[in-house]
Amino acid sequence: MNLRQREPLIFERSVPGKIGLDLPKLDVPPAKDTRPAHLRRTSFDALPSCSEPEVIRHFTKLSLWNYGMDQGMYPLGSCTMKHNPRLNEKVAGLPGFADSHPMADEALVQGNLALIHTLQEWLKEITGLAAVTLQPSAGAAGELTGVLLIRAYHVANGRKRTLILIPDSAHGTNPATAAMAGYEVVDVASGADGTVSFEDVTDPATGKVKKGLTSLIAEHHDEIAGLMVTNPNTLGIFEHRIDEICKAVHDVGGLVYMDGANMNALVGVARPGDFGIDVMHMNLHKTMSTPHGGGGPGAGPVACTKALEPFLPRPIVVRDTEKIGEGEVPKHTYRWDWDRPQSIGKVHTFFGNFGMLIRALTYCYSHGGDGLRTATLRAIVNANYIRKELMGVYHLPITSPTMHEVVFNDEFQAKNDVHTLDIAKRLIDYGFHPPTIYFPMVVHGALMIEPTESESKEELDAFVHAMKMIAKEAEENPDLLHQAPVTAPLRRMDETTAARKPVLRWQPA
Amino acid sequence: MYPADLKYTKDHEWLRENGDGTVTVGITDYAQDALGDVVFVKLPDVGEQLAYGGDFGEVESVKTVSELFSPCDGAISAVNGDLEAHPEWVNEDAYGKGWMVKVALAGALSAELLDAAAYEAFVNAESK
Repeated sequence: MNLRQREPLIFERSVPGKIGLDLPKLDVPPAKDTRPAHLRRTSFDALPSCSEPEVIRHFTKLSLWNYGMDQGMYPLGSCTMKHNPRLNEKVAGLPGFADSHPMADEALVQGNLALIHTLQEWLKEITGLAAVTLQPSAGAAGELTGVLLIRAYHVANGRKRTLILIPDSAHGTNPATAAMAGYEVVDVASGADGTVSFEDVTDPATGKVKKGLTSLIAEHHDEIAGLMVTNPNTLGIFEHRIDEICKAVHDVGGLVYMDGANMNALVGVARPGDFGIDVMHMNLHKTMSTPHGGGGPGAGPVACTKALEPFLPRPIVVRDTEKIGEGEVPKHTYRWDWDRPQSIGKVHTFFGNFGMLIRALTYCYSHGGDGLRTATLRAIVNANYIRKELMGVYHLPITSPTMHEVVFNDEFQAKNDVHTLDIAKRLIDYGFHPPTIYFPMVVHGALMIEPTESESKEELDAFVHAMKMIAKEAEENPDLLHQAPVTAPLRRMDETTAARKPVLRWQPA
Repeated sequence: MYPADLKYTKDHEWLRENGDGTVTVGITDYAQDALGDVVFVKLPDVGEQLAYGGDFGEVESVKTVSELFSPCDGAISAVNGDLEAHPEWVNEDAYGKGWMVKVALAGALSAELLDAAAYEAFVNAESK
């Protein structure tokens, strides 16, 4: 319990001359300061002066205001905020892993290399693809790696390809990735069911026509480097024509990139390699239960077909098996394969965020293949339970079957002038982290809910109850929702001023 | 809410004919209300060519980012640089201080542009 709710900045707690640590007098000759004058700090006034207990209390208090998976449900759609099993942490903390150095000789870190190799094999099996790099540090880094592989492939084949097709329901990072890799982005229309449309789509309100896949391919055929698709898409809908989409792109010599952000809905059930995907990333910090920040960085491994393998970032871990006698246990040695002349180069220092790879492999082994599949099915059941319970209470703008997440909006509540932001803020008062809001942008006022498989039925029921109470309040007391949150240490933030006139750091008065 | 001397698009831009071969362009009161508090407006450079229906900038609110679509053909002759420091003018005065660009027209205005009454009817139908 916080007895004092307000907490000033550490700079505001500062009193000149106060010290937290009394250093002994220097009793050796000072080293010669060789820094150029302009790099030397002349005054330390800008650093706060506080005692040790003040520093500890300050940061402890701030940490108590934080909200994470360990405090409650975090149904942030598209982000897959699932439980980070403590076993992952225990294994990652084993001294053989935690104390090893990335520049250690191969012979001294055979276990680490074996771990990397084993995870590569698991991800090949899960994605149905031929090769894997574990280097990229997160989803968007994986996307860029994947699109650079597509680019390297076309260049190596002497083809000039300048366009990437991206459905209008895609993650915002997809067009940014394609542009960063030097491609022009062309939007593909979505149909009324929320999936990629082959036919042109006419907006009923404006009469504007947006081109579907068939006419875009006819128009641009040999300019198309590839298509980036998120499957299931940002509405949680499986692209049920994915095999036809891949075939249409392949027929004109393009490749298909899959954003695997929503892989939590597919692991153990469907393999992207089997439905025609050429290259994809997976977010280990979503699907494989490694932490989203706080406990460490992310990881976005990329899997690809045999045709793209030569271009993967280097090095890759390979395994050599010594021939041995009948009935003996085979002897494996692992090594870094740097001899990859067509590689796009490195995309991360050393070999990626190794600590995350340990946690991901722990997750795989602790579940086993059947357990990973069960987790997927439970994630889908949980999202559909919420969908069923809240249908009619909140508006469901697109009614196609959904997988691991569900997108409602504020249409029913808007008639009482209660909007998505108000609903999200009020959830804080009920003790839940709000869902993703105003995304995807194809839905007006979206509330995008992803419970993940981590939640029990009791927790889901508590969330549903909170959402129903809020809908009731929207009818009876809309003003309360406009003021929410009312129980949090800080009330409604002024997001407008924060965006218009951002104060990015403390300045001395 | 929808001044009678302006012309409108179904993408919620307005256009004012200045009588000297130029037009002034902004977004409508309906658009600013739907976007919510505008925090940033990205506008093109003077001299850039616009095509009717093509995008020429972005308007960002706390909720979303939305593209701006040109209501005419022509070249940018002026941009409202004050919006960089005062994006709130788009909310406060959509048809006045919140103007976005001036365009030197090339050719006639599109026959698809709506007058105030037709735009109001369109907006009422869309918001139902």
